[in-house]
Amino acid sequence: MIEDRNAATAQGRPTLLDVDAVKMVYSSAHRTVEALGGVRFTVGDGEFVCIVGPSGAGKTTLLKCISGLLRPTGGTVRLEGTEVKAPPQAMALVFQDYARSLFPWMTVEANVELPLKQAGMARRQRRDLISSALADVGLTDVGSAYPWQLSGGMQQRVAIARAIAYRPRILVMDEPFAAVDAQTRADLEDLVRDLWHKLGVTVLFVTHDIDEAIYLGERVLALSASPTVVMDDIAIDLPDARDQIGTRSLSRFGELRKELYGQIQRARHTSG
Amino acid sequence: MRVLSRFLYAVALPCLLALGWWFASRGSQNFFFPPLSGILSAFADVWFSAKIVEDVLPSVLRLASGYLIAAGMGLALGVPIGLSTRLRAYVEPVLEFLRAIPPPVLVPILILFAGIGTTMKLMVIVSGCLWPVLLNTIEGVRGLDETLGATTRAYRFTRRGRLVHFILPGAAPLIFAGLRQSLSIGIILMVISEMFAASNGIGFTIVQFQRSFAIPEMWSGIILLGLVGFIFASVLGFVERRVLHWYFGLRAAERNDT
Ligand SMILES: Nc1ncnc2c1ncn2[C@@H]1O[C@H](COP(=O)(O)OP(=O)(O)OP(=O)(O)O)[C@@H](O)[C@H]1O
Ligand SMILES: [Mg+2]
Repeated sequence: MIEDRNAATAQGRPTLLDVDAVKMVYSSAHRTVEALGGVRFTVGDGEFVCIVGPSGAGKTTLLKCISGLLRPTGGTVRLEGTEVKAPPQAMALVFQDYARSLFPWMTVEANVELPLKQAGMARRQRRDLISSALADVGLTDVGSAYPWQLSGGMQQRVAIARAIAYRPRILVMDEPFAAVDAQTRADLEDLVRDLWHKLGVTVLFVTHDIDEAIYLGERVLALSASPTVVMDDIAIDLPDARDQIGTRSLSRFGELRKELYGQIQRARHTSG
Repeated sequence: MRVLSRFLYAVALPCLLALGWWFASRGSQNFFFPPLSGILSAFADVWFSAKIVEDVLPSVLRLASGYLIAAGMGLALGVPIGLSTRLRAYVEPVLEFLRAIPPPVLVPILILFAGIGTTMKLMVIVSGCLWPVLLNTIEGVRGLDETLGATTRAYRFTRRGRLVHFILPGAAPLIFAGLRQSLSIGIILMVISEMFAASNGIGFTIVQFQRSFAIPEMWSGIILLGLVGFIFASVLGFVERRVLHWYFGLRAAERNDT
């Protein structure tokens, strides 16, 4: 049962993820950091939402709270109406650091397979999911290679394949393309858009790159500097079919970028 | 072809050394350094006999079981200690203290408690072999990658799955480093435990020969010890290459990158 507090999003879809006044204070002996100061937003079922924020804004902290890896010190996260207290089955994560999120002692196939095996899925079904996930990311013939035998972009594709083979309702990505070169990055961006269309999965995509957020998302949330709150929530009214050159040279793209950029600059000034 | 050349590389130096020893000791009149030819014929006479079953086998079995017990204990204790910061703070000073005690000094004490039988000898071997495995396992588990750990949680791995697919393989490079150190300690302690109080074993036999001035026979026992150590190390190396082949590949890939 989905709670009705924030029933519809900008797109008029039912709420899938509800982030409600999430606070996170890191405290250790000599220092307390208020990383999140009451973050509040919702994501509709099937939406593609991007979150932008400056470095150190608490983006990773926010995703850890959303994915149940970290208990927030205040507020609640609800997925499909249920409070998230541990990593939910309906969510898959792709980390920024691809080189450290794949198991180097397993082949590509075994990496994709392991979460399914852990979930107790039958072998036949696992085989099908692995081969379709690897085909979806364009890696049909490297199944028996080890991750460290692949390029950075290919490793990140493996991480994406593992996430989509898991059949999540929501795919959460933390600056997944920050460490790859520009061309690979453009390819991976288009790949994620395609997968979103094809699989109908909800995507929550974190980046520090404003252009990337506008190019990918249906909605962009801008975070302030810490203590972080959602400062702006912009609907991206660009045509649904996007391509790297055409979309980025639209005048509307420039306007959106200007708007977001201004917001983020203002956030810097007010906080610092 | 590559296997053959690797083999030739591996045996070249030992052959040279043996040849050097052979010619340097040929016709030696020194009572304590007999000719290698004499040692080798003593080797055949002494060891290709009932001694294989009566002395070599017990030593090898004690070494193998002591070593395996120590390895098992090192893993069973090291994993939980490595995983818990609190537990580590609690036990680490004690471990450092215990590790600093040289195991041979425990022999007289262990004889008091456990007598002079197999139990005592196993305890001596375990008390020395445990530390390298234990401390390296702790270090290996502690150094596990956080992002990988988060991955296992995000994908809801079971406890067993985390242990088998993440903790043990991730710590394996250091665990094997510990296993290698333990092996050389184990061989030393096997001999020492047999020198104090024993009625059989390679160490015991060597001491007997030395006391009765059977010098070529004593030398043949030393060569046998070297061979036993070599065989154990080869088996360990074989297992290591199979378990850690990903690690050697990864390291080679990293070297080529930079
Ligand atoms: N485990 C932790 N303990 C204490 N402070 C932390 C911890 N993790 C993060 N922080 C602090 O919280 C703040 C937000 O960190 P976070 O990693 O979430 O930012 P980010 O937006 O993901 O940054 P980046 O763009 O560099 O990845 C930072 O000031 C950081 O120092
Ligand atoms: Mg981050």
